[in-house]
Amino acid sequence: MTPEVSPLVILIAAIFTNNILLANFLGMCSFLACSTKIQTALGLGAAVIFVMTTTTAINYGVYHGLLVPLGLKYLQFIVFIAVIAAFVQFVEMFVERFSPPLYHALGIFLPLITVNCAILGASLFMIIRNYTFLQSVAFGFGGGAGWTLAIVLMAGLRQKMGYSSIPRPFQGVAITMVITGVMAMIFMGFAGMVTIQ
Amino acid sequence: MADSPPIACAPCAGGLCGGKGKETLNEGIWKSNPIAIQVLGVCSALAVTNRLENSLVMGVALIFVCVGTNLFVSLLRDVTPRRIRMIAEVAIIATFVIVFDQILKAYHWEMSKQLGPYVGLIITNCIVMGRAEAFALQNPPIVAMVDGFANGVGYAIVLAIIGFFRELIGTGKVMGETILSGDWYTPNQFMILAPGAFVALGFLIALFNVLSGANKPQEEDKR
Repeated sequence: MTPEVSPLVILIAAIFTNNILLANFLGMCSFLACSTKIQTALGLGAAVIFVMTTTTAINYGVYHGLLVPLGLKYLQFIVFIAVIAAFVQFVEMFVERFSPPLYHALGIFLPLITVNCAILGASLFMIIRNYTFLQSVAFGFGGGAGWTLAIVLMAGLRQKMGYSSIPRPFQGVAITMVITGVMAMIFMGFAGMVTIQ
Repeated sequence: MADSPPIACAPCAGGLCGGKGKETLNEGIWKSNPIAIQVLGVCSALAVTNRLENSLVMGVALIFVCVGTNLFVSLLRDVTPRRIRMIAEVAIIATFVIVFDQILKAYHWEMSKQLGPYVGLIITNCIVMGRAEAFALQNPPIVAMVDGFANGVGYAIVLAIIGFFRELIGTGKVMGETILSGDWYTPNQFMILAPGAFVALGFLIALFNVLSGANKPQEEDKR
């Protein structure tokens, strides 16, 4: 990844062409579990956008400011997950203390996010693709937004799906997978728009 | 395997039951297969299965991490304070993942590059964490290792099946060897692209539902 690619391009690409869920398969667990209601999906999505944007920024600083100079690159996995867990814990406490309404809206989703592989995945992609700081933040935000878009769309579809008769073996997760596949195909239609590696 | 006698305690899907090696194996590989039945850890199952070779390496990685984690979580289960057990589990998992990642980088650089971030993402794979939490914390080390192995194998088998069909249909090859070729077969690129992964897993889960008798008729559900 060359540094010339503008963060805006990365942002658009992360939402549409390289959607973190539909193209990179990250965050499937919470996607399957929490995509039954649009309201829940929106709440979780908002939390993911926030945490993903901030943790990619923090992890960028930690990786390039601490791990690389010290020659501890191989510790990146454990450091990243620790940063994410600590950050989520901190945000939870902060929100609970200063904004109880927001805590009730987002609070229940925050613990779920620590184990959301999309968050860790965004940080790892950032390292693998050699993003600059601005590119990383754009990627974190775009990744979160793309994930939210996918889960909200899916929640809408699943609400409609309640009225259709699905072959018995496909009920539940199986049909969700197939529909996600169709959705991924639709998103591939954006592929000509922008491309990032 | 399908016609093995039913396990008495099927409802406890967490695998808390038994403690006997054979039942634990059956539970992990077949009865509550982590991917096809419990639908855990599907991210990597979708991401690396575009080639059979990748799927097999990923399966080995998960078996390694799962066995190691379960062993150590089980060994430390009496001295780990309950409140910090999650952090302890994550630290143990991450250690094994780092070890595997370093080995892969040292001896199979090409493979390591192809798997990209997905080896690191084993840390957040729900299977490993789930088994540590649901099984290793309550069981002695040996049984815990068997359980880790069983779940790892269950995962690896499903990955191998998906990887085999996606590579075969998508490129006409198996492990890089051309099997289907000539003018009668045009590789269907769809299967090695992202949507193919979702559809393939969806159909596999449906197949497992048929074979295992899950999603039974309504009357039985109401009981």
